[in-house]
Amino acid sequence: MSALRQTSLHAAHRAAGARLVPFAGWEMPLQYVGIVAEHVAVRTRAGLFDVSHMGQIRVEGREALEVVQRVITNDASRLSVGRGLYTPMCLPSGGIVDDVTVFRVAEDVYLFVVNAARRERDVAWITEHAAGATATVHDVSDATALLALQGPRAAAILARVADGEVTVLPRFHALDDVRIAGVPAWVSRTGYTGEDGFELAVPWDEAPRVWYALLEAGQPEGLVPAGLGARDTLRLEAGYMLYGNDIDETTTPLEAPLAWTVKFDKGEFVGREALIRQHTEGVTRRLVGFEVVDRAIARAHQGIWAEGVRIGRVTSGTFAPTLQRPIGLGYVPVAYAAVGTRLEIEARGTYVPARVVSLPFYRRPTH
Amino acid sequence: MYPDDRRYTREHEWAKREDGRVRVGITRFAAERLSDVVYIELPTVGTEVRAMQPFGVVESVKAASDLYAPVSGRVVEVNADLLEHPERINQDPHGDAWLIVVEPANDTEWDQLLTAEAYAALVAAEGA
Repeated sequence: MSALRQTSLHAAHRAAGARLVPFAGWEMPLQYVGIVAEHVAVRTRAGLFDVSHMGQIRVEGREALEVVQRVITNDASRLSVGRGLYTPMCLPSGGIVDDVTVFRVAEDVYLFVVNAARRERDVAWITEHAAGATATVHDVSDATALLALQGPRAAAILARVADGEVTVLPRFHALDDVRIAGVPAWVSRTGYTGEDGFELAVPWDEAPRVWYALLEAGQPEGLVPAGLGARDTLRLEAGYMLYGNDIDETTTPLEAPLAWTVKFDKGEFVGREALIRQHTEGVTRRLVGFEVVDRAIARAHQGIWAEGVRIGRVTSGTFAPTLQRPIGLGYVPVAYAAVGTRLEIEARGTYVPARVVSLPFYRRPTH
Repeated sequence: MYPDDRRYTREHEWAKREDGRVRVGITRFAAERLSDVVYIELPTVGTEVRAMQPFGVVESVKAASDLYAPVSGRVVEVNADLLEHPERINQDPHGDAWLIVVEPANDTEWDQLLTAEAYAALVAAEGA
């Protein structure tokens, strides 16, 4: 058994009373005071997450765009410098290698922010598809710590410690050379919680300085450190996929609700043929959102039943703190995918009623 | 941390003798490991429970977990308050957030339960 890796914020997590758990080879905070309290803080005020375990891969060189376009299904050709997009990377079969965010950080430089568990796979995959191109692939994960500041008060908090005009950044845009508490940072505005928020990439060893500066600046706004537990309940309410649960190499973007990320008209990319075939023939199953209509919580791997037959499986399930009811995601045949369809979830030997609802479960109120 | 006025199961329930009856709850270690409890299923008064068999379920945002009876017997009291306020399990697991009271069927099972000291050692090993 190999030892778990620790981020440069490990001591800060311990000091904050975090319960640390193994996650994708890392020892990460599951929660500090409690999942629900942290979840509510992010929905109503702000939360600070250590996401340094996530991978960061740079593709650079004259033909960097060609390499990026080859490995992603979305269209990076429309990215000006400082913009990013969300995209799957697919196998020739259409199965999802990973879901990533790609930013164009300079003219011929692209940055992939990838799932911790897929980092090595992604590096190898992108490198393989860069063969013969004038482009290099660098795994820069170890040099860079990543913090996520999320919540309706995130912009106000960041404005207090950042020297630049980061809070005017539109969503899916990024700024280089921002200083936060004196530390050089690359700041993007995306998020995995359904709230407004920012990601701050800083030199690995400088992360604690930024962490404590943000917590101090955010104290009047109610900022709290938030762990992986709240991250999971928040992302599920917002209808975001979790790689390894909801999507993987056996599922395609067209089966998951990610068809919008597949741009057939952009030209050749890995998986295009298979996805065109699936698009033409139609998918046989879909990932749907459902609500459990009883006092029980669906959990990943439980069976989904309809009319006495097992028709699929739950991929994610939890109690949604904002909605105050149990929700989940799971694959079902298309005939059972319509909103309102009655399903049953097999949980601990009993069958609890559920119904298909539209995604996302939670949408941030517009101001 | 673990009161020595009661005994414990390896499944993280506590059992406290009160006038020949046994009050049952889950330990602070279990409550913390579950994270926020959002639902609980308990038996009704009169149900027969069997030692080390599930008698209910506790669900948190993170996981579902069976509740195991420390001793066999008949349920004579149920903490109905918890059904409406399951979060109390996180707040006071060794006190107000008890689960059920059992009239034990025999005295022999009690001696199989762990002392506070033995339970603390078990938790230390599991928590490591």
